[in-house]
Parts: sequence; structure tokens; C-alpha cells
Amino acid sequence: MRGQTRFIASMLAFGYAFLYVPLVLVVVYSFNDSRIATVWGGFSTRWYGELLRNEQILDAAFLSLRIAVASATIATVLGTMSGLALARFRRFRGRTLFSGMITSPMVMPEVITGLSLLLLFVTLQQLVGWPSQRGFTTITIAHTTFSMAYVAVIVQSRLMSMDESLEEAAMDLGGHPLRIVFDITLPLIAPAMIAGWLLAFTLSLDDLVIASFVSGPGSNTLPMYIFSKVKLGVSPDINALATLIIVAVSIGVLIAWIATRRVRS
Amino acid sequence: MWKKVVTATPYLWLLLFFLAPFAIVLKISLADPEFGLPPYSQTASLENFAFLFSDKLYAVTYLRSVFMAVCATVLCLALGFPMAYGIARSNRETRNLLLLLVILPFWISFLLRVYAWMGLMNNYGTINTLLMWLGVTDQPIQLMYTDFAVFVGLVYSYLPFMILPLYATLERMDLDLVEAALDLGASRSRAFWDVTWPLARPGVIAGCLLVFIPAIGEYVIPYLLGGPESLLIGRVLFDEFFVNRDWPLASAVAIVLLLLLVVPIVLLQRYQARDQESTV
Repeated sequence: MRGQTRFIASMLAFGYAFLYVPLVLVVVYSFNDSRIATVWGGFSTRWYGELLRNEQILDAAFLSLRIAVASATIATVLGTMSGLALARFRRFRGRTLFSGMITSPMVMPEVITGLSLLLLFVTLQQLVGWPSQRGFTTITIAHTTFSMAYVAVIVQSRLMSMDESLEEAAMDLGGHPLRIVFDITLPLIAPAMIAGWLLAFTLSLDDLVIASFVSGPGSNTLPMYIFSKVKLGVSPDINALATLIIVAVSIGVLIAWIATRRVRS
Repeated sequence: MWKKVVTATPYLWLLLFFLAPFAIVLKISLADPEFGLPPYSQTASLENFAFLFSDKLYAVTYLRSVFMAVCATVLCLALGFPMAYGIARSNRETRNLLLLLVILPFWISFLLRVYAWMGLMNNYGTINTLLMWLGVTDQPIQLMYTDFAVFVGLVYSYLPFMILPLYATLERMDLDLVEAALDLGASRSRAFWDVTWPLARPGVIAGCLLVFIPAIGEYVIPYLLGGPESLLIGRVLFDEFFVNRDWPLASAVAIVLLLLLVVPIVLLQRYQARDQESTV
């Protein structure tokens, strides 16, 4: 028993060190004065200053944020509809195909999703003249398509774990089905919708491969900019950028954690 | 009426932006490359597929991708299983914190997490500096741009995908069964292999598929951490398309990759559907 516990404990320690040491080191090196990012040259915050003066990064970040907000919002609407359909309408035509199409984008390799969407946009452009150029719109559509799956799954499982008696009672009392959805079902699944929106937002900000396929000339998202830079090796202003993201995410997750703990207790 | 709208809207979206694209990929994979825009012909033949199967380079690349993905999956399992087990067995307070720490990296950019390893594994990076300081080696060991670096990147990025489903099944498991086996005189390892392992199998399968499927088409990790000779299928597809501008061949590469993944993807979906039913 003792030996087993020690083994598990050391695996846990190793695993968490493995997950976090690289992130900690990026944070440390972001305050490194030296231009050679892996040699320590004294404490400095100069890379943060350079980051904020870099117009290309700011433009890319702004484009990424706009795409993330737009695609997360559309994905939440479509994903909630899909979740409702799958959890509440037991039978409709083409249900098997529908549930297959909902979950497949989640596991599809990114190179395939990216390639197939780009070929679709090219074909559409030839046939109907839309989309006339690739960029914000096409990336938003691509991100919506794979992130709505996550929203659908979260909403669906929330609906499945919820009992239907409230909705049935309202139905018995003669409520209009659409009103029941807006007055009862949606408020009940709101937490799932928020979780889904946040996940879709992060997935969109995170994506490099699909955006690289479906974007056009001149529209670089933040990951595309970072990738073009780190291809050439370690770079100190990217360390600063990574640190800002790590700190922002940690604070956000910490707040969410404290909030849910308070709700529970 | 409104029910129809609720179902039809996402349905049409997926038909247009998920299913139709595959039909187009299939069509283009049968065409020939041509100069012009779009750079493919309107003819149809199986030539691209014949080429894929006759050129050894592609077969080797597919096999290498499968091999790398399998190794990454096994490594994730070897590290993830004890971790998930430890998390599931800790008390409630610690468990929530430990789970949070597994999920947290998910929210931090994938690209930046891979990038973090570039600084660590560089010839003058943290690991080599440490090793030379300790006197283990007097010359930097080549870590970056090797298969080793790709494995580290894959395990690092996909470990949470392994831990979470494993944790879910291990947490639901009835500990009394292990106790009973031990009371009946089974050894620790016997109890593990005969009781814990079979009960954890759904989580093991889901975790392995969740790592294997995305790892096989991975582009960023081999590009940033792997050597130029470490060709993997995601990279080949990308280069055929963007560098060689051979759209038909890139489409054929995608179709073959998809065929390779049909079985694991269907398996995963079936498992997840069953899992969802059993939790309700």
C-alpha cells in the first residue's frame, strides 16, 4: 500500500511539474533583458513595452478578438439549437446524420477541416461570387462550425440531466411552446450556454491551422502572427505576450473557481 | 413550426459548412492539377490515389504518423493513468484543485505552450544549461528538431485529453470491489489487472482515441519541434497544398487520412453516446 501511494504521488508530482515548468520558465524569461531569449541578462520589462508598440501584433490580436466574439456568439446560438433538438425532440428525419455531423468536427484533424472549408469557399466564390474575399467572414464561419459542436454537447448533456417536469407543467398549464423555451428552458440552461460560449471563444483564439487555410492575404490572426515569428526560433516579445495570456487565463480561471465554490457552499 | 426552425437552422449550417466541403474534397481529389484558378481540371480519375499508393514516400509518411501517434498515446496513458488515479483517490478539496490544474492549460494558447518547449530544449536552453551545470555533459545535447522533441510536445499537449476521461471513469468506480478482491487474497497487482483495469477500460479507450485521432494529423508540433526530415502527414498535406499548389493531391492525402480515421472516430462516437446514456 505504502509503495503504491508513493508511486502515485511521485507520478502526480512529475506530471504537474511537466505541465507547469515550461509555462513558469516562459514567464521568467519574459523579464529577461537579453535579446538572446535563453541567456539571462538581468531583469527588465522592455519586451512588454515593445509588445505594446508593435502594431502588427495589436492588429492581429484585435482581429482575433473580433473573430472569437463573433464565432462564439453564433456558435452558442446554433449549438444551443442543436442541443435542444438532440435532447428534446426524440425523433426527426435525419437525426443520425445530424448527431454525427455535430460531433465529428470536434475530432476531425484540423488540416482536413481547414482544407475542406477552403475548397468550399473557393467553389462557392466561383459559383455564386460569395465570399468575394477571405478573411474575417470565412474564419468566423470556420470557427463557428467546429465550436458549435462543443456548445451542443455541453447544452445537450445539461438538458439530459435536467428533469422535464417544469417544462411539462408549463405545457399542461397551456403555455405556448415558444414561451416555455424562453421563460423556462433557456434560463435553466444559461450556465451551460455561458460555459459553451467561453469554450468557443477560447477555441477560436487558439486556432492556427484552420485559420491559416481559410484566411486571405492581409488578414493575420494572432496565432498566425505568433507562428510566423516562432518558426524562426525563440523570441523575447513572444515570451512577454505568452506571459500576459498565462496571467489573464489564470486570473479568469481562479475567479471562476472561487465563484463556483461559493455557489456550491 | 418553431421546432422545425430550431432543428433546421443548425442542420443546414452543418450540411453547407461540414458535409458539402467533404464532397468537394472528394471531387477535387479525383481531378488533375492544372495551371489556372482554381488549379485543377474538371476530369475524374483515380490517378492521385494510384500515385499515393505507388510512391513509397507517402506510405512511409502515413506509417510514421501512425507510429508517432501510437507512441504518444502510450506515453500519455503511462503518465495519465497514475495521475488520474491519484486525482480520483484524493480528498474532495484537493481533487478539485488538481482537476483545475489539469484543465487550466486548455485555456492557454496551444501554440504558446508548444513554443514554451522551444526555450527549454534549445541547445543553449534551460535543460542543456542545467545538464552542463550538473556536469552530466560538457556539450549541449541535441534535443530540439528531433523525434524526441516531437514526442515531448505531443504528450505535453494531449495529456489533459487522456487524464479527463480516465478520471471520469476512475472516480465513478466502486472501491469496494478492489477491497473485496484484496480481502479474498488477491495481490495488489492482481487486483489492479483483474478489477481496476477492466473497470477503467471505457475511460482508457476514450482517452486513447482522444489523443490518437488529433495527434495523427498534427501540424504545429512537428513543424516547430521536429527536424526537417521528420515528415508527418499533416505537414505533407499542408505543403502539397501551399508549397506545391497541388490541390488534387492534397485532397487525396486528406481523403486517405480520413479513411484511416473513420474507424477510430466511429468508435469514439459510439463510446461517447453510450457514456452519455449511462450518466443520465
